[in-house]
Amino acid sequence: MARAAVDRVIDILFILVLSANIAWAGEAAPAASDPGLEKRVNAISEELRCLVCQNQSLADSHADLAIDLKNQVREKLKQGMSERQIVDYMVERYGDFVLYRPPLKATTFLLWFGPFLLLGAGLVGLFVRLARRGRSAPEALSESERARATALLDVENEAGPR
Amino acid sequence: MSTEAVSRPGYTRYVLIGGFFVLVAFLAVGLKLDPREVPSPLIGKPAPAFELPQLHEPDKRFGPAEMRGRVWMLNVWASWCVSCRQEHPVLMTLARSGALPIYGLNYKDERAAGMAWLQQFGNPYRLSAFDAKGQVGIDYGVYGVPETYIIDKRGVIRYKQIGIVTPEILQTKLLPLAKQLEQES
Repeated sequence: MARAAVDRVIDILFILVLSANIAWAGEAAPAASDPGLEKRVNAISEELRCLVCQNQSLADSHADLAIDLKNQVREKLKQGMSERQIVDYMVERYGDFVLYRPPLKATTFLLWFGPFLLLGAGLVGLFVRLARRGRSAPEALSESERARATALLDVENEAGPR
Repeated sequence: MSTEAVSRPGYTRYVLIGGFFVLVAFLAVGLKLDPREVPSPLIGKPAPAFELPQLHEPDKRFGPAEMRGRVWMLNVWASWCVSCRQEHPVLMTLARSGALPIYGLNYKDERAAGMAWLQQFGNPYRLSAFDAKGQVGIDYGVYGVPETYIIDKRGVIRYKQIGIVTPEILQTKLLPLAKQLEQES
């Protein structure tokens, strides 16, 4: 009896979950009406930052503005604008910040090349250090030092492994 | 490592301490920066043209072209915008002072909701343009309501505030700028 009731509840839940999925699928359908166009919209949206949720691209974001901007991209593509023109359109309004790949110019020089400068500085530092270490090779041990070392090692060996 | 530290105890330590403070300085500056303050490319550019129906009188239209020869403020707002409520008293004070005419851009709102909002809190705007679809908002690079633009007599955007205009910003930036722009021909 109880078992049957539980099964029934599970069935109902299952149907609810399924129907919820169907509702979602229905909502998403218009976007896929033209797969070729959608692919291009997505390709451009991947390159553009969502300004509301700044660490997401337009493609990833479901923010209201992101959806509006994606629609803009779709409209412009339908009007026959090129990818380049659409990106420029966005930059005109939101600045370079909207680009995930900032353009190479004087103000972004450090951004692009800073990591390589740091890497270069690190390598130079490393080589200088290694060269210096190579030159100051440790001197050979004197007789008394050798005796002390042996004594220390013996003590350790006698103690045995812990 | 240890040989260096023994032979030159000062050097390595100063480099490490120096490096630490450089790092702290960078982080401190980074903390002060607001990532939401995206520099607008529109500053110094002509305010994008538009023609929108007015909020209260849908038959009448409004566009920035009408404002040629005047310094004015365009404030983007919406009834669903929580920060707009916070900003609202500042705009009311400014409107009462008459220092700068304020025009509203009612952004992605519903007409009834927008009008009710003004009814409830008071209307600091000479009028509001009704941008239901947010198309004008996109042209103005709006991404976080409220946003505020100061536009000069030649129709050029001279200032953009993302987020609320606080009393401090009004006193220290907007009013002096408005005064200065008023003197330009």
